[in-house]
Amino acid sequence: MTYMTEIFKIIMLVLLIICAVSVNLTRGLLKAVIIFMSYSSIMCVLWVLMESPDLAITEAAVGAGVSGILFMATLKKIDAEKEDAREEEPEDGRERT
Amino acid sequence: MRKRFKKWVMGRTDVMDRILDDASEIHDQPRETIKKQRMELVREMEERPGYERTVEAEQKGFYLIYHIVAVISCILLIGVLLYTVAMLPRYGEENTRADEVVERYVEHGLEETGAVNIVSGMILDYRAFDTLGESHVLFTALICVMILLRVDHKNMRSEYEDYYTVLSDRYYSLERDTIIRTMGKILLPCIFVYGIYILLNGQNSPGGGFSGGAVMGTGLIITAAAFGFDRVDSFLPLRVSMWMTFLSLMFYSFAKGYVFFTGANGLENHIPKGVPGAILSGGLILPLDIAVGLVVAGTMFGFYSLIRRGNIGGA
Repeated sequence: MTYMTEIFKIIMLVLLIICAVSVNLTRGLLKAVIIFMSYSSIMCVLWVLMESPDLAITEAAVGAGVSGILFMATLKKIDAEKEDAREEEPEDGRERT
Repeated sequence: MRKRFKKWVMGRTDVMDRILDDASEIHDQPRETIKKQRMELVREMEERPGYERTVEAEQKGFYLIYHIVAVISCILLIGVLLYTVAMLPRYGEENTRADEVVERYVEHGLEETGAVNIVSGMILDYRAFDTLGESHVLFTALICVMILLRVDHKNMRSEYEDYYTVLSDRYYSLERDTIIRTMGKILLPCIFVYGIYILLNGQNSPGGGFSGGAVMGTGLIITAAAFGFDRVDSFLPLRVSMWMTFLSLMFYSFAKGYVFFTGANGLENHIPKGVPGAILSGGLILPLDIAVGLVVAGTMFGFYSLIRRGNIGGA
């Protein structure tokens, strides 16, 4: 059983590193926020594995919940989602109608 | 239309010919003017006095130094952090330097604090001063966000600005979304009950003020997102949330002040510890948990509310 837990822990740690790196490499801000929230969810599972459930509760509520919501509300406030859409638009020179 | 289509099918005219020409005429005109304006801007920049020197410096790789310094400082920071992590004791390993404190907490924690959950006993009894500082940091952060984002008649640019922003927020808000409304109806009671459970049971099971307050703050945010801010304002107007936060912080400060005073002067502490394991146990831990939870919940909802509509509650 402990063997399985170790493998699961290693898989979670690898996913954590992948999330942490891809937040930096993602161009879209909204995508980066969602990856950041998934990072917090993985961290929450890791806190449970490290036997500190009170930190896991806080991480799930604050990291995966409130901070992501605040980032999204801020992105909406500064119209960052439209900026992302403009970047991904093909460069044919014509404005969208 | 049909005649033109027939003509095009018969091969006499090209339907798209005129349309494409028109479109290019319409869209190319502003592009050329924009190009001209940009060229003028570039020319202006080139005619500025320091321009040639800047270009020379760029060509000589002067600004390369910034990149090199950035990379070197990043690598140094990573190295220092990894070295510090390597200095830490391994997970679960015996640590001779911290053993005294750990033994004291584990062996005498239950009788000294009355809390079964030793983490709660630590953060709200042994290290209560830290938690007091954390709550005040949250309160200060809320005040700073309020200074930056609060919208009222004093800092509005025109009397219509707020009206239009509120209108657009309402239009794009999720209040009309059936999925979120339905899920909110199902989930919100569970979230609030879970938050209150974590808050009240902090001295017996994992959790406590900060976790429970964060869960309840998330519940308030979901309420606002699913049913609109009016629903939250009906039970948590601005005055109530302000008094709630203020009284929580004041209660925390005075209660811990009493404990610090009696503890430092060797006086008798009159707060009953209760039976370990019961809800009303742990001395001051339960009331302090409630105070911290109310502050955290109010702060979480306050951030969201200030960002979304520039105000915490109905005036």
